[in-house]
Amino acid sequence: MIPELGHFALIVALLLSIAQAVFGLGGAARANGAWLAAARSAVVGQFVFVALAFAALSWAFVERDFSVLYVATNSHSELPLFYRIAAVWGAHEGSLLLWALCLAGWTLAVTAASSSLEGPFRGRVIGILALISIGFQLFMLATSNPFERLVPAAVEGRDLNPLLQDFALAVHPPILYLGYVGFAVAFAFAYATLLEGRLDAAWARWTRPWTLAAWLFLTVGIALGSWWAYYELGWGGWWFWDPVENASFMPWLAGTALIHSLAVTEKRGLFKSWTLLLAVTAFSLSLLGTFLVRSGILISVHAFATDPARGAFILAFLSAVIGGALLLYAWRAPRLKSSAAFEMTSRESFLLANNALLVAALCLVLLGTLYPLFMDALELGKVTVGPPWFNLMFLVPMLPLAALLGVGMHAAWKRGLLGTMKARLWIAAVAALAGAILIGAAAYADLRPMTTLGFALALWVMLSSLLIPVARIRARQTLPAATLGMVVAHFGFGLATFGITGVQSFKIEKDFALGIGDTASLGGYDFRLTALRDVQGPNFAGVEADIVVSRDAERVTVLRPQKRAYNSGGNPMTEAGIEVGPARDLFAALGDDLGQGRWSVRLQYKPLIRYIWLGAIFIALGGAIAAFDRRYRFRAQAQATEGTAVAAP
Amino acid sequence: MTPRRKRLLAVIAIVAGVGAATALAMFAFRDNLLYFYNPSQVLAGDAPSGRTFRIGGMVTQGSVQRTPGTLEVRFVVTDFRHSVPVRYEGLLPDLFREGQGVIAHGRLNGGGDFVADEVLAKHDENYMPPEVAESLHPPTPAQAAE
Repeated sequence: MIPELGHFALIVALLLSIAQAVFGLGGAARANGAWLAAARSAVVGQFVFVALAFAALSWAFVERDFSVLYVATNSHSELPLFYRIAAVWGAHEGSLLLWALCLAGWTLAVTAASSSLEGPFRGRVIGILALISIGFQLFMLATSNPFERLVPAAVEGRDLNPLLQDFALAVHPPILYLGYVGFAVAFAFAYATLLEGRLDAAWARWTRPWTLAAWLFLTVGIALGSWWAYYELGWGGWWFWDPVENASFMPWLAGTALIHSLAVTEKRGLFKSWTLLLAVTAFSLSLLGTFLVRSGILISVHAFATDPARGAFILAFLSAVIGGALLLYAWRAPRLKSSAAFEMTSRESFLLANNALLVAALCLVLLGTLYPLFMDALELGKVTVGPPWFNLMFLVPMLPLAALLGVGMHAAWKRGLLGTMKARLWIAAVAALAGAILIGAAAYADLRPMTTLGFALALWVMLSSLLIPVARIRARQTLPAATLGMVVAHFGFGLATFGITGVQSFKIEKDFALGIGDTASLGGYDFRLTALRDVQGPNFAGVEADIVVSRDAERVTVLRPQKRAYNSGGNPMTEAGIEVGPARDLFAALGDDLGQGRWSVRLQYKPLIRYIWLGAIFIALGGAIAAFDRRYRFRAQAQATEGTAVAAP
Repeated sequence: MTPRRKRLLAVIAIVAGVGAATALAMFAFRDNLLYFYNPSQVLAGDAPSGRTFRIGGMVTQGSVQRTPGTLEVRFVVTDFRHSVPVRYEGLLPDLFREGQGVIAHGRLNGGGDFVADEVLAKHDENYMPPEVAESLHPPTPAQAAE
């Protein structure tokens, strides 16, 4: 009964989305206040009913209702409660429902926080968000209904993929989706601006906090995914340039470019049409990412055809959203002229460079991700673009990006005289280079040019970021939240660069065959296998090893990697044993019983890897601080921008 | 400089930068594209010698042989028409099994063995690598009945 109620709630939500679109866009076109009010009520109703549908599906999981096909496919009676709830978004249908819930939530938040916007503009934003909701809800109801019954009911579920039974991966999809879907808000603002033919840049200020919020969720979501891959997949890598990872990274790159270009548009009224295009791009890539990952096309173009209805719907929806936006853009954007001049060394120039480099990076990732699909579709052979290509190519835009960032932060708008900062920046640059050489020589006895360059750029970005608060405090100036956020995020970028340089330059990874009492050496550490024992978990049984790690005969830690077999059947799973440290991680994964009392063991030494995720945390934190800047509160500038809107002809 | 000329310069700079990056990207593709072959193609001599590539197929039932107590393992990859012996030294992925699809990355040695430096199986236990699925020649009903 409850699943049917969930299904019904989803249908009601679709009807309310349609009402929201009609009253929002129609009310704006006819300047009808009653319609606009009705659209806002529909927003609340839509959210309530999507939330009800989501609750119904969660209930089916919690209560182990294996008469629901989706539950039977992705749960098991022994699955712990936490993972039964996480299993709601463990596969295609449920993750779409989560997407719809996130969208309804963002829409509700925008509606609640935008009471000071002009009615018609607000109505258009709400209406455009409704069109996206309609697309997703139709897609679910027509091709991917999570409430479909299984007749007769299954006695036992097929279980959630054991790889997904993990904390980081349980929270990874919701956070990632909040990011993906959050770009819908920037998209809706951009689309409404184009629809109205607005010539002002007020929309940029309204959009900034929303874009920052979406981007910071995406940052955290990607970092969680990377962290999970590191410890759960048992490979010890932190980024694989896997198409699925790239699908989430591309919207992030576009979103990062968008945040920076929004700053120029808001402050100086420049790059207006470019910023609109980026807003459209960021959301389009989010949509593309969601569908590509879930439709299987990334694994093979032919997988796309396994469910023709889904494939056709996705193509139609993507072309409607992206094509419609680009058409409108092509029609309206030429009227957006930016005529203000700026100097070569002004902040505008640096932000232009930032955008060019980020978009170049985005294009490279897109090329590497889609190239195998094109080759396959054209029957030119089956190829993969290896991670070495990405690792190499990604540096091309990233090195100048990091180098320019350190200067650009201090450049003034318009004129760009660095003034007193010039001397300080030189000192920072020299200090960064000296620090990089010192770290390379003292800690690793290695001064490869690329490693030194990486460390130098990382230190340069961090030092240069810190100069801002230092200079402000000395001059007894205030530090607005937006500036502080920028400092924190850029510092995090430096930290991440530091970690990436360290781990890519000095990681060691090797497989060994170890019996009890055997010792293997790696990176100056001795790993000694001392015991193997059976372990019993709530829904799995396994073998656990004790690997005592010592350095110079001094005991450092004991690693306890496990090999698990889940009771629901299927393949064994590796649970890595990791010792976390500020200077390095030590990592052990247990392989197979090799006979003669030996087991295969993969040992890894991962220097500085923690700084990658620490950097990501700083980046996200910076976004959060900046999003709360007072300037972005809607009410504050509503009066200031009144009357600047130009109605569409 | 007029704003117009400045903008033109900026556009030219961006186009040149993107062009250079693209050229570099395509150039770097040459060394980093990994081609995929099935055992029949390998035996027909389609696969490059002295270059790494990926081979995929099913792990033949009963073909996995370990040298006890070491990391050395040998198995046979088949597409049901032809088979290629594979040698590997290291940890096998969790999803590696006889009778399951597998992709190995490595190169051919002089003796016709494929020496793998990496063996891949994907996340999902029901998952068959698509290259493998497509390149398999399924057993005919007659073969299956035997």
